[in-house]
Amino acid sequence: MAEKTYLQAISDGLRQEMRRDKRVFVLGEDVGVYGGAFKVTLGFQEEFGAWRVIDAPLSETAIMGGATGAAIMGLRPVAEMQFADFVSCAWDHLVTVAAKQRWRAGTPVPIVLRLPSGGGFSGGPFHSQNPESSFAHIPGLKCVCPATPEDAKGLITAAIEDPNPVLFFEHKHLYRRIKGEVPDDRYVTPIGKARIHQEGDDVSVITWGAMVYTAEEAAKQVDASVEIVDLRTIMPWDRQAVLDSARKTSKVLVLHEDTRTGGFGAEIAATIAEEAFEDLDAPVKRIAAPDCPVPFSPVLEKAFIPQVDDVARGLKELISY
Amino acid sequence: MAIARQAEPSGSLDEARDAGLDREDLFQIYRNMLVTRGVEERGHILYRQGKIPGSFYTGRGNEAAAVGVASAMGNDDVGTPLHRDMGVHITRGVEPWRIFAQYMGRADGPTHGKDGNVHMADANLGLLAMVSHLPAMLPVAVGCALAFRIREEKRVAVAWSGEGAMARGDAHEGMNFAGVRRLPVVFICDNNQWAYSTPTHLEYAVEHLADRAQAYGFDGVVVDGTDVLAVYREAKRAIEKARAGGGPTLIECQTLRMEGHAVHDDAFYVPKELFERWAERDPIERYRTWLRENAEMRDEEEEEITAHVKKLLSDALQRADESPQPDPATLTDGVYATPEDLDTPHHK
Repeated sequence: MAEKTYLQAISDGLRQEMRRDKRVFVLGEDVGVYGGAFKVTLGFQEEFGAWRVIDAPLSETAIMGGATGAAIMGLRPVAEMQFADFVSCAWDHLVTVAAKQRWRAGTPVPIVLRLPSGGGFSGGPFHSQNPESSFAHIPGLKCVCPATPEDAKGLITAAIEDPNPVLFFEHKHLYRRIKGEVPDDRYVTPIGKARIHQEGDDVSVITWGAMVYTAEEAAKQVDASVEIVDLRTIMPWDRQAVLDSARKTSKVLVLHEDTRTGGFGAEIAATIAEEAFEDLDAPVKRIAAPDCPVPFSPVLEKAFIPQVDDVARGLKELISY
Repeated sequence: MAIARQAEPSGSLDEARDAGLDREDLFQIYRNMLVTRGVEERGHILYRQGKIPGSFYTGRGNEAAAVGVASAMGNDDVGTPLHRDMGVHITRGVEPWRIFAQYMGRADGPTHGKDGNVHMADANLGLLAMVSHLPAMLPVAVGCALAFRIREEKRVAVAWSGEGAMARGDAHEGMNFAGVRRLPVVFICDNNQWAYSTPTHLEYAVEHLADRAQAYGFDGVVVDGTDVLAVYREAKRAIEKARAGGGPTLIECQTLRMEGHAVHDDAFYVPKELFERWAERDPIERYRTWLRENAEMRDEEEEEITAHVKKLLSDALQRADESPQPDPATLTDGVYATPEDLDTPHHK
């Protein structure tokens, strides 16, 4: 056990899998000599060689399509999009080919697609998005969004082990800001199992990724016992944990950094309404980014990404309902 | 000015022997071409009988290109044939009854009714199922070649596209990546001159699509796609070059799509004279003549092949018609793979 950053935890998990399984290889832009734009694969090429840590041309389509072919041939590609935003260029191979191949043709496509996502550093409209709900909507894909270093390592391991295409959303704002104890040995954090970040009795916050910490700060500002459920993965997602928490507190706030309309929070709110309506003491509240692209200016970005004060205000409204 | 090499037409029996084809191999190629056309002709009948849901596509005119390339592949090689490449499925050994079952959306089709027409593949035969987005499978084939290179296996991937698909970015990204890494992949472009209703001069501005190969750092070859032995020779050469570490080749097979884009399309936009001209170069008739003139195919041998194909196809139709409809309860089966599903011929 040692204290690691979120970024080190991802790196450690990936390295550990590459050491134990020769089929695992890394493919992406600048992942080799440079060690990746965020240095997740720093030193990997020295250890594993240029054919297991492959610097690809600037070609997201070739990266995703290539990973798909290699996975079908029995390898375990871990492909990287330099920023989650660039996955739009790989949509066809991810959504059209990889996601549907098992269902229609019987050939599983075990790929991990690493997606540095999220805002908070003036990355602007093309380096800050959280596109997880778009992919949670695609049958055949799994979406993983760890919040802690321990989960980051356990979930990258689970993602590599999984026989499906798994999108691994790693929040850039957590990379070096969040530290935590991470076991040295190999372990697997199950995909589809939520984690209770903080137990409480009066109101529940259902969230994932960087918003877990926003919720934690907001909870300190209210005079109530707040339960924070960190979903950890949104496809599959832990419906039972959400419903259990909703039934326990009877008041639920769903929080995400992605935009509001059609965001994954809508699915969660709808499920609570369908299955726990009679346990509720207040309508489910959603807090999310407004329906617009991610802005560049720090002032505008602060107005875009849900802030601690916004969440605290929402909690207070729910508590006093 | 053309850059790609123009392949010679097929030659004598001795030349075919030098390319590794004995008399039985030559007959097998003929048989595969007949089965290919026969499957699609019977598919048309099934469609008119209302037994095929959705639309129906054929590769009439492309039999030599598809069978020629597939005949040059090794057992452990893989490929991503498209909807004009029925001959690849037939040559690799897909049983016609399963294709008819696929056409009709039955439980015994390779996709069990989940997908239709030529969107199918038998993994046991080294094939990967195409998607409608052409040429999305081209970078996937490059990925197969990447896996072979990483594992240092002497295997080759064959990626198909058409001249229309070559206008898409996937083709560029896939071929560029393959060129950069000298991967063991062969790109086959079935240039049948019409992408739905769009003629070649609205799809590309170079003389030959194979000329583009030079821009990616590998060789391009233009071959008459109605000449099965010329296609075989060029495919064999390219595949063995890739296997030996010599990198990719782009082979452009020139044909004419002899029917509409799909069954609903009467191809009114294709000049009649063009159809007439290419009908004279019908790949099956050409090869039949070659076999009679060069391989001394006798009447009784030809009759035996024709009878065999006829029986194969009528048995196949009957067997496919007996295949049950898929069970709606299986609809969501297999959306997600389980670890046990990784026990496929590909993943081993």
